[in-house]
This record gives sequence, C-alpha cells and structure tokens, in this order.
Amino acid sequence: MLELLATVDSGGTSLAQALLQQVANGIAKGSVYALIAVGYTMVYGVLQLINFAHGEVYMLGAYFSYYPAKWMGYTTDPEDPSFVPAKVPLYVVGFLFVCSMACCALLGMLIERFAYRPLRNSSRLAALITAIGVSLLLQNGGIMLFKADPRGFPTLIEQSSVDLGLVALTNTKIIIVVVAAVMMAGLHLFVQKTRPGAAMRACSFDMRTARLMGVNVDGTIGLTFAIGSIMAAVAGVLVAMDQPTIDPLMGLMAGLKAFVAAVLGGIGSIPGAALGGLLLGVTESVVGTFSTTYAEAVAFVLLILVLLVKPSGLLGKSGREKV
Amino acid sequence: MHRTLALLVVGVSLAFGVDWFLGEFIEEYVVRIINLCGIAIILAVSLNVINGLCGQFSLGHAGFMAIGAYVSAYFTTTLRVLNTETGETIVRAPLFDGAWGFVPALLVGGAAAAAAGLIVGVPTLRLKGDYLAIATLGFGEIVIILLTNFDSVGAARGLPGLPNYASSFWILTFAWICVVGSVFLQRSTFGRALIAIRENELAAEVMGIRVARLKVMAFIYGAFFAGIAGGLLGHLLRTISPSTFGFMKSIEVVVMLVLGGLGSLTGAIVGAIVLTVLPEALRDVEQQAKLPGIRMVVYALVLILMMIFRPQGIFGQRELSLKLLRRVLPARLRGGDSETKP
Repeated sequence: MLELLATVDSGGTSLAQALLQQVANGIAKGSVYALIAVGYTMVYGVLQLINFAHGEVYMLGAYFSYYPAKWMGYTTDPEDPSFVPAKVPLYVVGFLFVCSMACCALLGMLIERFAYRPLRNSSRLAALITAIGVSLLLQNGGIMLFKADPRGFPTLIEQSSVDLGLVALTNTKIIIVVVAAVMMAGLHLFVQKTRPGAAMRACSFDMRTARLMGVNVDGTIGLTFAIGSIMAAVAGVLVAMDQPTIDPLMGLMAGLKAFVAAVLGGIGSIPGAALGGLLLGVTESVVGTFSTTYAEAVAFVLLILVLLVKPSGLLGKSGREKV
Repeated sequence: MHRTLALLVVGVSLAFGVDWFLGEFIEEYVVRIINLCGIAIILAVSLNVINGLCGQFSLGHAGFMAIGAYVSAYFTTTLRVLNTETGETIVRAPLFDGAWGFVPALLVGGAAAAAAGLIVGVPTLRLKGDYLAIATLGFGEIVIILLTNFDSVGAARGLPGLPNYASSFWILTFAWICVVGSVFLQRSTFGRALIAIRENELAAEVMGIRVARLKVMAFIYGAFFAGIAGGLLGHLLRTISPSTFGFMKSIEVVVMLVLGGLGSLTGAIVGAIVLTVLPEALRDVEQQAKLPGIRMVVYALVLILMMIFRPQGIFGQRELSLKLLRRVLPARLRGGDSETKP
C-alpha cells in the first residue's frame, strides 16, 4: 500500500490508473493460467481425473526449448552480465516453440499410455495417486537432471515497454496475451467444429456410448492429452521468455493455480478455463497492488468462495453428480 | 469404562517401556525414524476417519497439522515479539513450562486444529469428491500463506528453538490413544453411521442419520489428532516453518492411506510405517549409488507401480485388502480391524 501511495505521489498518476495497469498485467498472467488450465479441464472433462502432472509438463515445456537453444549456441549466463547473447532469429524462436510443443505432446501421450491407461477401470483415487506419483517423478527427475537452481533463459525477444495509451506492457507480455488468445480460439474451434473435436466431446459426455458409436476412445484420450500438453508447452516457453529464468519447481504453484482457475471457470469447460484464468490473474494482480504477500492467498480464497456459492464453477454444467 | 482405563494404562506403560528400551539400546537415527512413524500413524489413522470411514476426500490435513504445531509451539516457546511502535523486542515466557506443560500445550494445539476443522467442515458440507478435495487443499494453502505472513511466528523463516519435549514416550502414547480411540470409534454407532454415509449418503439420511452433523464431527475428530501430530512433529523437529506443512504433506498422508487400504485402520498404520521408512531406506541407496536426488525419483516410481499393479489389492475393495493384511500381519494386530462383516 505504501509503495502504491509513493508511486501515486511521485508519478502523479491516479489510483485508477495504477489499478488499470495491474489489470493489464493480470490479463497477461491470467492468459498463462488459462493456457495451462485448458489441459486440466480437458483431461478432467474426459477422464474425471485431476492430472496433477500437468504443471510438470508446463515446466518441462520450458526446458524442452531451453536445451535446443543451448545446443544451438543461444544462451545467457546470469553469472556474467557483460556477456552479450547472439540475437535469436525469428525462425529459431518458431523452431523452439515447435520443438517444445512436440516433445510435450509426446510426453503427455506417454504419461497417459503408461501411467493412466492401465488404471482407467480402477478406482478414481488410484488414478489420482498415480497422477501425484507422476508429478513427483517429473519434478524430482527434473531436479536430478537439470539441478534445482534456476537457469537463465536465452533472450528470444528483446524486452521493451510498449505504451498502449492508458497502460504500458512489455512486448513479451503482449505476445503472451496474443498467443494465448489465438490458441484458445483455435482450440475452441477445433473442439466445436472438427470431427476429432466432436469425438472428444462425445467421450466427455459418455465414454461408453461414444465407443459404441465407433469413436476411437483411446486415440481421442491420447489426443486430449497431446493438445493439453501442447498448450502447457506454449505457456512454459512464453513464461520462460518473459521471466526469464526457469527452474524444476516452477510447475508446482503454476499448476496448482491453473487448476484453481479451471475449477473457477467450471471444470470440463474450455471457455470456463479461459474465464477462470483471466479472473484469477486479474484478481491476483489487483490484490498484489495493495499487498504482495496476500496476493498468493487470493487464488485459494476465490476458489473456496466460488465452490461455496456455485460448486460447478462459473460456466460449468450443473446438475451432474460429481462424486 | 474399565476397559478404556485398562487400555490407557497398558498403552502408557508400553510407551514407557519402549521409550526406555529405545533410549538404552537403539541408535538415535533409528529412534528418530520410529518417532516419525508414530507421528505418521497418528496422521494416517486420523485422516482415515475423514477419508476412509466417512468418505470425505480431504486434502487439508497438513493445514490442521500446521495449526496444531504453531499453537502448541506458541505455548511452549519463549516468544520474542517485535513491538512495531517502539521497535523493542518483547520477551514473553512460555505459558506451559517443563515437560509436563507439553501435554496441555499439545491439547490446546489439538483443540485449535479441531476448531479449524469445524470452520472448514461446516461450509464445505455441500461439496463432494474432487470438489471437496480441492476446497480443503485451498484451506491448507491459505493457512500456510497466512503463517508465512505473520511476523510474530517468524513468517517464512519459521519458528526456531522449540523445546525438545516430543520424546518417544509422548509420541507412542498419543499414537496409542489415537489408534485405540479410532478402533472404539469404528465400532461405535458413530463409526457405523460414518460408514453408512460413505456407502450411500442419501440412504443414510433416510435411515435417520444426521449426515451434516456427523460429517462435521468426523472433520473435528480428524483435525484434533492432526493438530496433536503437528505439535509432536514441531517439538521433534525443534524448528517449524510454513513450508513443513505444505500441500505435499497432505498428499503424503493421503498416499499412506491409499497404499495401506482406504477405510482400513490397520491399512492406515501399515501405510504410515511403509511410507516413513521407505524414503529413509532409499537414502542409503542414494548414498551408495552416488546419485543425488534418485531417492525421490524411486519413491515416485514405487508409488506409480504400486498403483498400477495393485490397485484393487491395496485399497478400494476392502475385503481384498483385508485378506492381504491377514496374510501379512500376525494375528494379534488384527484386533484393530472393524470390518467383521455380518
């Protein structure tokens, strides 16, 4: 609060403007939550499984672009500030994104095939514990392979501040919002308009009947994991680009909050994940203006409030017994 | 009543004997693991009442632990509180002094956790399954974030210098009380009613069980013992920080239950012991293999493989898991099972 008042005095900006700025930051933050939340919501919609490992897929998404960049010679050294990294050409940036997306899609499908598919007919709690196990495995495997300390991510795009009239955002944040919006819209169209999308919706509605109608259920579930992981990979690279450091535990809190976002919006609903993500990001940022320490608690307070008032989430289908 | 008293005397004298034996003959490292096992048993058995008997999937057990640990530590430590107005440090003496003051401090911690259980239990009555799990997880996280922000309890740095009160004697005594209490509870009308709620909530309500009230009572019972376990853990570790009670701790307790057999008391005990000893045993493997970090990787792999290859055998189907336990455990331990189905 004091910091805020100080900026109000020195900059001569009004409180409203400061808040507006925070809303803009929150939209960027929320876009990342939304991208990750989609993976949770799609998997939950089809399998009724909280895929705890999804946050780790996001973390690995960042590493899957860090290593190719390093091998191609694009790296930063946080120890040596005088080191000027080579400018990364745009096609390399594109390649890094595609590389990370492909690796994560594969990883997502592998997790589904080897950890979740054997448990599809056993109790949901078993699947949940397995998901926790996979999450622990990836997290600790990450710590073992990549070491626990944060690494500097290469500068893919030179950061600069862009003045948008009322608010100013860094260009990386604007890229986050634009990329997230395009991907979410694309996903929505994919699920609503294409045949694989229809298969996905059918599986989510009633898996057994979908199978009887000739839907390739296993393939569709694999596809669901692949798409969710691709979204998480993009989120991972975008965040790494913006931060710009990565560490093996970055997926823990991000994953948890993205899951909260998915529940807020109504789990199983893709527009709900987008709405929940944005709502969470904006609320966190706005509360962060007043107290940075309590901003962390906002996600969970919001979660409990929404669950108490409307347990199926903002855009969720109600009436279906979720036991 | 006589039986209860007799059991209590037996338990206390057993704990006393074991405490003496451990102190005399067993190396410190092993004693520490046994103590951690005792605390894990309290946690798993108390969560079993909420998750296993009543079927309410709670992921907030670490939150209750944190409350118990901080409240009991508040009474046993000499607090140094910074007066923000004058900048002076106020030193406050412990309210409950000495090793015998530890028990009231623990009980107050447990009571505070139980109160939190009431606060969580009532509003979340509407929620079921995953939704309840997430709401309780949210509660746990809120507790941690609040503790991280209270300067009077050391904020993120934690609260150091807790007195060394949590001896094997107290840990084993409370573990005994918790286990015996839960056996009685399972066999009582209350326990049967909880199982009825788990099996079919609507049918239970139709049969005249006050579902809402019993669910909240299960929460209070579980939270009370989680608070005690938190207090014991705090005084065993001697330093508590919010990160000790993160949501991974809650998950660890759930994993103990599920591995051992959800709804089975002996299963909870076995799960608690296995999951406390396993990471320690793997520590040796890690040192010998010279692969730092492999410990948790193996732990995670064991978890996944157990779930994939023995999902029915270990939990879910209670009868199956009981048969499994019957084969594994000596006859004496079977007294703890309530599942004597008609």
